[in-house]
Amino acid sequence: MFIINCPYCGEREQSEFKAGGEAHIVRPKQPTELSDDEWAEYLFMRKNIKGVQFERWVHIHGCRKWFNMVRDTSNDQIHAVYKMGEKPPVK
Amino acid sequence: MKNKYSIFSLLKNALTDHENWQRAWRDPEPKKEYDAIIVGGGGHGLATAYYLAKKHNMKNIAVLEKGWIGGGNTGRNTTIIRSNYLWDASAGLYDHALKIWEGLSQELNYNVMFSQRGVMNLAHNLQDVRDLKRRTHANRLNGVDAIWLSTDEVKKFCPIINTSPNIRYPVLGGTLQKRAGTARHDAVAWGYARGADEMGVDIIQNCEVKGIKRNGDTVEGLETTKGFIKSKKIGVVAAGHSSVIANMAGLKLPLESKPLQALVSEPVKPIIDTVVMSNAVHAYVSQSDKGELVIGAGTDDYVSYSQKGSHDIVEGTLHAILELYPIFSRMRMLRQWGGIVDICPDASPIISKTSIKGLYFNCGWGTGGFKATPGSGDLFAHTIANDEPHKLNAAFNINRFVSGDLVDEHGAAAVAH
Repeated sequence: MFIINCPYCGEREQSEFKAGGEAHIVRPKQPTELSDDEWAEYLFMRKNIKGVQFERWVHIHGCRKWFNMVRDTSNDQIHAVYKMGEKPPVK
Repeated sequence: MKNKYSIFSLLKNALTDHENWQRAWRDPEPKKEYDAIIVGGGGHGLATAYYLAKKHNMKNIAVLEKGWIGGGNTGRNTTIIRSNYLWDASAGLYDHALKIWEGLSQELNYNVMFSQRGVMNLAHNLQDVRDLKRRTHANRLNGVDAIWLSTDEVKKFCPIINTSPNIRYPVLGGTLQKRAGTARHDAVAWGYARGADEMGVDIIQNCEVKGIKRNGDTVEGLETTKGFIKSKKIGVVAAGHSSVIANMAGLKLPLESKPLQALVSEPVKPIIDTVVMSNAVHAYVSQSDKGELVIGAGTDDYVSYSQKGSHDIVEGTLHAILELYPIFSRMRMLRQWGGIVDICPDASPIISKTSIKGLYFNCGWGTGGFKATPGSGDLFAHTIANDEPHKLNAAFNINRFVSGDLVDEHGAAAVAH
């Protein structure tokens, strides 16, 4: 359990949020031209990093807006929170 | 040669103040090279080494464990064993394991305290009733024992359950697998370790893998905290840390690692003589031989390796437990902990070769790997020894995420994942 600083609402308990997995996985521009391997990579394969990871979260029991987070998965420390569409902070 | 454990060895050692017990396994330094190395000294890894030595005559094997054996998820689960899965592939896999459990204490000469006390799954709404009935039919077609219980039969089988129609999630019935039950999880790791050690397997604790050496598409060995160890066959059974190891070989897996929590109460006199699981409200409960209630909660939805988990998950589980078992309202919880489970998108495991020759992965067991320990070890050993999967784990290959032939047990396995 940790506190998340929602970029729209400010600090709230993590239980108000839902995790949306790894961030910055770009949806393929021309899906019909993808091979099965490329689809599998896009749909299923994840970095699942132990350490600093970029991920998506949604304030599901609050403003319901999506945003991005940089979090250390080994100790749940949050390094940065930024809005959708913004450039991720450099590590 | 290990001394046989028996009532006579117990008596003999009791007379000498238990000071002369033989070591259950050695503490060797790693050799320069092995025919096969298993990464991860949990139940699955030790079982893999045991069956490689026993059934495939590979004696020059090492098991590398970064901490102590059985200190990860093997020692953190709620010890439930069952095989009532919906799909044919899963039923085959888990019932294979259950059949080995039934003779495991004798085979290992180590009491794993396997207790076939039955596992009951409760239905709380009409869709649960339909799904669980469908599952009992599917189970029986696959030769897995399963029966449907009405609300009255649930009450008769486990009298402390509140079957009032006025609770928020009333009990509308349930399924029962009588061959299912629990086992002592530490004993499983120790029993396999002792058995493997006796056949010459080196169990190397406090040895963390730091890198995987490859020559093109073939593995050559492992960089570890105890130096480089050569091997042409490497089987990784690292549970929550599977992605970390895969990353060392430049592989990506379809896994997310999340905290799963459990807790135990103070010990009390026998009150519940079966295992009751409830999918809809996510509450599992059984009672250990020491008398503690063993309660399983759900996973957090975010990736984390912190072995902690969130308080609200535990709170939700305890709410459900208290509504179903009002008798526990004044029980005090003694301990709570988390383990890191690696979950596949289809909630089924991977027991598979990889695109790198000689590198095998056994992972993705998610929240339910303990029950499969003997079967997983047996099938993974077969896969490593023959460089081909056994027919029971062929469906659990990593290529199913490319072909789309998923074994979608999410929600179908009678538990929420």
